[in-house]
Amino acid sequence: MIAYIIRRILYAIPILIGVNILTFVLFFVVNSPDDMARMNLGMKRVTPEAIETWKAERGYDKPLLFNSASQGVGQLTDTIFFQKSLKLFQFDFGTSDSDRDIGYDISQRMWPSLAIAVPVLIIGLLVNITYALLIAFFRATYIDIWSVVICVVMMSISSLFYIIGGQYLVSKLLHLVPISGYDTGFAAVKFLILPVLIGVVGGIGSGTRWYRTLFLEEINRDYVRTARAKGLSEGIVLFRHVLKNAMIPILTGVVVVLPLLFMGSLITESFFGIPGLGSYTIDAINRQDFAIVRAMVFLGSVLYIIGLLLTDISYTLVDPRVRLS
Amino acid sequence: MMGGLVILWTDALVFLLLSVSIAFGIYAAGKEHLRGPWRLVVRSRMGVSTLVILSFYVTVGLLDSIHFEPAYSTDQPADGQVQSTEVVSLFDRLVQPLRDRQEKTYSAPLATHLYAKENMEQPDGTVIRDYPRLQYGGAHLADPERDWAADITRLSLIGLVKGLVVSFVSANILFALLGGRRRGGYAEAAREVLRGKSEIPWRTVLVTLTLLLMVLFWAIELSSRYHLLGTDKVGEDVFYQALKSIRTGLLIGTLTTLVMLPAAILLGIMAGYFRGWIDDLIQYTYTTLNSIPGVLLIAAAILMLQIYMSNHADEFNSLVERADLRLLFLCIILGVTSWTGLCRLLRGEAMKLREVDYVQAAVAFGVGHFQIILRHILPNVLHIVMITVVLDFSGLVLAEAVLSYVNIGVDPTMNSWGNMINSARLEMAREPVVWWSLLAAMIFMFTLVLSANLFSDVVRDAFDPRLRSSR
Repeated sequence: MIAYIIRRILYAIPILIGVNILTFVLFFVVNSPDDMARMNLGMKRVTPEAIETWKAERGYDKPLLFNSASQGVGQLTDTIFFQKSLKLFQFDFGTSDSDRDIGYDISQRMWPSLAIAVPVLIIGLLVNITYALLIAFFRATYIDIWSVVICVVMMSISSLFYIIGGQYLVSKLLHLVPISGYDTGFAAVKFLILPVLIGVVGGIGSGTRWYRTLFLEEINRDYVRTARAKGLSEGIVLFRHVLKNAMIPILTGVVVVLPLLFMGSLITESFFGIPGLGSYTIDAINRQDFAIVRAMVFLGSVLYIIGLLLTDISYTLVDPRVRLS
Repeated sequence: MMGGLVILWTDALVFLLLSVSIAFGIYAAGKEHLRGPWRLVVRSRMGVSTLVILSFYVTVGLLDSIHFEPAYSTDQPADGQVQSTEVVSLFDRLVQPLRDRQEKTYSAPLATHLYAKENMEQPDGTVIRDYPRLQYGGAHLADPERDWAADITRLSLIGLVKGLVVSFVSANILFALLGGRRRGGYAEAAREVLRGKSEIPWRTVLVTLTLLLMVLFWAIELSSRYHLLGTDKVGEDVFYQALKSIRTGLLIGTLTTLVMLPAAILLGIMAGYFRGWIDDLIQYTYTTLNSIPGVLLIAAAILMLQIYMSNHADEFNSLVERADLRLLFLCIILGVTSWTGLCRLLRGEAMKLREVDYVQAAVAFGVGHFQIILRHILPNVLHIVMITVVLDFSGLVLAEAVLSYVNIGVDPTMNSWGNMINSARLEMAREPVVWWSLLAAMIFMFTLVLSANLFSDVVRDAFDPRLRSSR
């Protein structure tokens, strides 16, 4: 088991290196630091001195890969690749282009993101699974058909509409909760209700449909027939047997998104003015702050790989057949 | 009238895509395993009615993909100094009035007055503050207060009747065509269709078509005298914007898959067929790409493109070309983030297929790898490719809206539903609310995505052998 986990972790390293090289190429080779400086300082009438100062302040004045001006190890370490890209492996994200410590910002901003993402995940799971089990119970009746139609209709509505519509209806017309904003501690709850609600509602369409197919696939299995033959009621068959056996795909789906919850949702957070990592990224994109975007790309892929790792481990825990291979 | 033809990058790809699909259609018509499922699709009522709606969208999109530079009247200076960089499409020409009739600023759907009060000088010299009349919307009415409702009703009725007439005519043409091929003739065919007994559910087609035509003619009739869906901040017709956005939505949905298909098919089959280090390398590539959250990868790539474009501004002749190139780049980068799923599916399928007896036999006969892949593997994975393409479409249309909202989507000057929603966001905070841009974008997007979703369900049911056997 431990050997298996170690092997999986080792497997993740080349992938992270790949991500790192890719972001390096994207951010430093496609456009040189000079281009970025010019972009940041305003396009026209930028003096070469201003560009040099801008680069020097942010540490972009070094050569990309090989520094012939330095001595010994410095030839490799005193470069942009080492300073800006390889440092990410130590989770040293450096400072943003507006001189803030990215690592500190991330540690502050992940909590609001979690405060929205975790409730959305849990409530969404409960709602979707319950609804899907209900549909599976009434399968091949009009309830089933119409529920699927409703799901497809809900899937076809843009998430932007759920947010704008929800905000308009709940906050502006009914004045139930504030439109946007955030607060510390428990005072934040009133700001969180609406985004969570919208997150759950927006996910019902695709979620329910997905779980419905899972359950229907499971219902056609032999053990379900056996259970029915034993004279168990349909409810017990569904909840005791089908749900239990469908837990494996459900669980793997959940585990893979767990780490990504930190990243928050770009759209929801920026719409509701919640100071999470999602709105942090959006602001960075709009301000063209490459240091932050670079850090988030790396963080995102680390979290994704952790998610994959957790999935594999949870598989071995739940399904004994996996351990044999 | 028509000046020189302008072929933008995306236009060229659209027509490439069109010819590829036609070629594929001809190829598939000769292959039973591909033709059979399509027969199931056109025999399902859901399939044909969504096809009617989708083909309406596709027609608008195609008309909007034929671009040319309008030539102006000859009294322009002949020295070539005045060169228009304006590029219009065939579709623009067809709906020319919608494009030309610009108001001053916001006006509500079918309104006769502006949405904001203005100071107006009266003939007697006094200044009053009131809603001014629109320049074009309802300009033919003498007294809007009295005539408006009657005029709207009249135009609506005319439009609906025109739609009914056109659909009646096309139904009769259909009956004649169907009847011409068999003994019973026209009457027999009409009876069969109207009773819903025909093999292809023509009755459903006709009902959908009638509804579509009625809405279409109603819209044409009303928008000839009013702004059907109001105007936006600079007074441009919102109905026109929503129609123009169709092309953007369709392109994102289709070109993205066109861009990714060759790579996904080639790499997926290679990984599954050759195994070994090739498999490892390809798996490594797509796991790496997959591990970066899609939005971030797109954001990073688009940011880089923006910098490149502003540093090399002189390489782009016009705003249209610039926006077009950005759209193409967006399709490419979306393709890069979305080919991995299909690649993995194809890898698995190719792995299964290479162990199949007839492939083994071919190997034993000494047939080359290339031949085997082309003859045996590729044709047998085509249904997976088709299902993926159809399933991905609606997701991509929705993604475009979200990306444009985050400013990493299509160019802000380009008409797209995402850009419409993006600007509508500020209008919602306005008092009184300007809701029509948002609603227009939502209705057009929803109709497209819903029909694409329903259609893709039908296609998947028809092509998925697993589902077919369990039926």
